[in-house]
Amino acid sequence: MKTEKNKKKPKIIPRKTPMPEQDPSQRKDNFEEVALGYSLEMALQEAERCLQCKDPKCVDGCPVNVPIPQFIKAIHDGDIQKAIELIQDKNLLPAVCGRVCPQEDQCEKNCLLGKKHEPVSIGRLERFAADWQGTACQLTTPELPSSTGKRVAIVGSGPAGLTCAYDLAKLGHEVTIYEALHEAGGVLFYGIPEFRLPKDIVTCEIALLRRMGVEIVTNAVIGKLISLDELMQDFDACFIATGAGVPTFPGIEGEHLNGIYSANEFLTRTNLMRAYNSPEFDTPVITGKRVAVIGGGNVALDSVRVALRLGAEKAMILYRRSETEMPAREEEIDHARQEGVRFEFLINPVRLIGSNGWVEKIECIRMELGECDESGRKSVCEIAGTQFQIPVDVVIMALGTEANQLLLKSSGDIALNKRGYIVIDEATGRTSRKWVYAGGDIVTGSATVISAMGAGRTAAKAIHNDLLEFMKE
Amino acid sequence: MAKILEKRLIREPDVFYYRLEAPLISRKAKPGQFVIIRLHENGERIPLSLADINPEEGTISLIVMAVGKTTTEMSMMKQGNEILDLCGPLGQPTHIHTVGKVVLVGGGFGVAPLYPIAHAFKDAGNDVVIIMGARSKDLLIYENEFNRVCDRVIITTDDGSRGIKGFVTEALQKELEKGGVDLVLSVGPAIMMQNVSQTTEPFDVKTIVSLNPIMVDGTGMCGGCRVLIGGETRFACVDGPEFDGHQVDWDNLMNRQKKYVNHEKLSFERWKQKHTNMLCE
Ligand SMILES: Cc1cc2nc3c(=O)[nH]c(=O)nc-3n(C[C@H](O)[C@H](O)[C@H](O)COP(=O)(O)OP(=O)(O)OC[C@H]3O[C@@H](n4cnc5c(N)ncnc54)[C@H](O)[C@@H]3O)c2cc1C
Ligand SMILES: Cc1cc2nc3c(=O)[nH]c(=O)nc-3n(C[C@H](O)[C@H](O)[C@H](O)COP(=O)(O)OP(=O)(O)OC[C@H]3O[C@@H](n4cnc5c(N)ncnc54)[C@H](O)[C@@H]3O)c2cc1C
Ligand code: SF4
Ligand code: SF4
Ligand code: FES
Repeated sequence: MKTEKNKKKPKIIPRKTPMPEQDPSQRKDNFEEVALGYSLEMALQEAERCLQCKDPKCVDGCPVNVPIPQFIKAIHDGDIQKAIELIQDKNLLPAVCGRVCPQEDQCEKNCLLGKKHEPVSIGRLERFAADWQGTACQLTTPELPSSTGKRVAIVGSGPAGLTCAYDLAKLGHEVTIYEALHEAGGVLFYGIPEFRLPKDIVTCEIALLRRMGVEIVTNAVIGKLISLDELMQDFDACFIATGAGVPTFPGIEGEHLNGIYSANEFLTRTNLMRAYNSPEFDTPVITGKRVAVIGGGNVALDSVRVALRLGAEKAMILYRRSETEMPAREEEIDHARQEGVRFEFLINPVRLIGSNGWVEKIECIRMELGECDESGRKSVCEIAGTQFQIPVDVVIMALGTEANQLLLKSSGDIALNKRGYIVIDEATGRTSRKWVYAGGDIVTGSATVISAMGAGRTAAKAIHNDLLEFMKE
Repeated sequence: MAKILEKRLIREPDVFYYRLEAPLISRKAKPGQFVIIRLHENGERIPLSLADINPEEGTISLIVMAVGKTTTEMSMMKQGNEILDLCGPLGQPTHIHTVGKVVLVGGGFGVAPLYPIAHAFKDAGNDVVIIMGARSKDLLIYENEFNRVCDRVIITTDDGSRGIKGFVTEALQKELEKGGVDLVLSVGPAIMMQNVSQTTEPFDVKTIVSLNPIMVDGTGMCGGCRVLIGGETRFACVDGPEFDGHQVDWDNLMNRQKKYVNHEKLSFERWKQKHTNMLCE
């Protein structure tokens, strides 16, 4: 018999330590954060659950390979400082990812504990570690090597661009980020609402980049103000991370009526332009008593919950498939339900009806699910003769986005795929043009924060290697 | 940040000329394009057309009519002040080519952006005529500038205090009847551009208009500026602002422009209450 003395057999705790949350009846009226974060006690309790696997599958599920068991062990040992350092080594935006990563499809999906029980709440622990020192504003600036003298331009300041900038700056390259809007952060700033991701966190994490010497030029639309050719004259390499961005409309009668928004416009007005503070802030947004959001993804849920907070009495999600097919995160769906959002499944809008130029009713038709197609998604079709009307004041279209061609139109030599996204070599992010790399939503179509960050990291590594090769030659 | 190098009142009481320091933009901007500005942290983003582009001195000029909160706040800024955000050039430039005779039609402050356009058409070897209208002679702007670049300047006033009495469309009708007009390009209030398009339609003369829907980002990201052109949805900030006037759904545009009237009124009233003293100065 082997001695089991020193090998403490881990005690299995089947369920996640619950996350304290703002009460639904209260939070539906404010823009403050919904999830409040673990206390030290809760974090210790959750860290205790990790089995410290020798071959941690969770890490493979994370697009940037955060050293999960190691940082959880550090929390368990009470060394939170070490935990955050371990995470930050791989992930520039832990406070962001701990909040908005779809962990159930990534790290937590692979967690060994999750095979039989609930997985370890890796995201919540990551958030705990990131929030520990206050905010990223207090994070120490990493030490930088001496400058390589190589200059890299980054177009777009979303998570892909920010991560690429961080990695390249850490390697001693001179980095300049160009951003079209007046604020850096991409979707983190204009898309994801305050109650899920406070803007202070984004601002602080971006301030860290500035402290590292990264220059961020806002109000700079590349392709208009500066062409890609001109950038390539001034810089040794360029990383394109312009996101997906362009909203789609269903193409149905009445979609131009007043009171109808794309989710992008509705969210940009509220988040970036702070219309929820109107008239304190100058940008207005139409707030209706009855708001219908068309779509079933995260963007639809963010929109409906914003509408609720802006005073909607009846906020509805209209989705053409059933709940099981909804692409949104389960946690978000639960949160929305608790706040009183209504879900209508298997219905599709066919027409918008207005009077005096304003939308008043939305005509829908019932849908039914059919067989699965090759992609494994169930087909869905209309049930003839089932039209009915719902009275509405505001309708928000959250039907997905297409590639933003603003830059690409003016730089014809970059190969695009059929849908207008940039074609890259997956392992390096290289595009068809030498010294131009790309990553994030402009390559994959609308994806996730952390996959965009992963792409930024891959490209940074390749840019660094390619530059070193070049310097040797 | 963009510094106001020069500011002056060019038409009583509310139309101002601004010359801004913008080295990069001035190098790239072309006639027909616009910029978006945001005055301060709480400000909204508003689009403004380029009234002049001067790459040698690195400046651009804007002509802005104070109609609401943001434009009034802007009118109170002084030479030397800085505008927090200036973004551009945005939109597609005017397609400048040699066609023969070009008639430009402008009303109100809308004549200003026609200035660089007139210049460019002239340089391309066209015969350039401008028809500019105003309610009365005191409201005319940019007359001298146009006299310098255009072959002919036709002025109309509603009250007959200068030039021809009547609307720009009446003068346009006469030009079209004379024949030989190859292209009409119009900038101004939507209603005027609609009437211009209706006037040229029977003559089958190509008519370009510069649409001014409400915008937010100006980069194609929000879809707020969508307009209906020949039944299809287009984004004015990236596909436009210029479109074929005979294809525009004008009712749709004018309806969408009214979207925030109540919000705008409220915000302007509140602001005026806070700033009564300043306005009286
Ligand atoms: C409402 C909403 C909610 C979401 N929720 C989640 C979530 O909970 N979890 C999650 O993982 N993902 C979520 N996503 C998806 C995620 O935000 C994106 O996949 C991610 O932000 C993509 O990053 P990116 O860096 O490729 O591009 P973006 O974040 O889109 O940033 C691109 C930036 O480039 C700028 N740009 C574009 N063109 C130019 C140009 N020509 N010149 C200069 N700058 C330019 C844009 O202004 C923008 O700032 C959400 C998306 C939305 C819209
Ligand atoms: C492409 C384009 C070029 C323009 N060029 C000029 C110009 O050269 N000179 C000039 O004086 N004005 C120009 N305008 C109009 C100018 O943007 C509006 O006058 C300005 O936004 C009004 O803001 P406000 O707060 O002062 O008034 P508000 O009280 O907010 O609005 C007054 C009216 O202006 C329009 N408006 C409001 N916000 C916007 C917005 N974000 N985008 C577009 N229109 C809006 C609405 O129709 C509104 O009824 C242009 C508009 C567009 C779209
Ligand atoms: S970054 Fe996202 S996927 Fe990676 S460990 Fe953290 S929460 Fe999981
Ligand atoms: S798989 Fe789960 S239990 Fe194993 S190390 Fe990762 S988080 Fe811990
Ligand atoms: S202003 Fe947002 S898409 Fe044109």
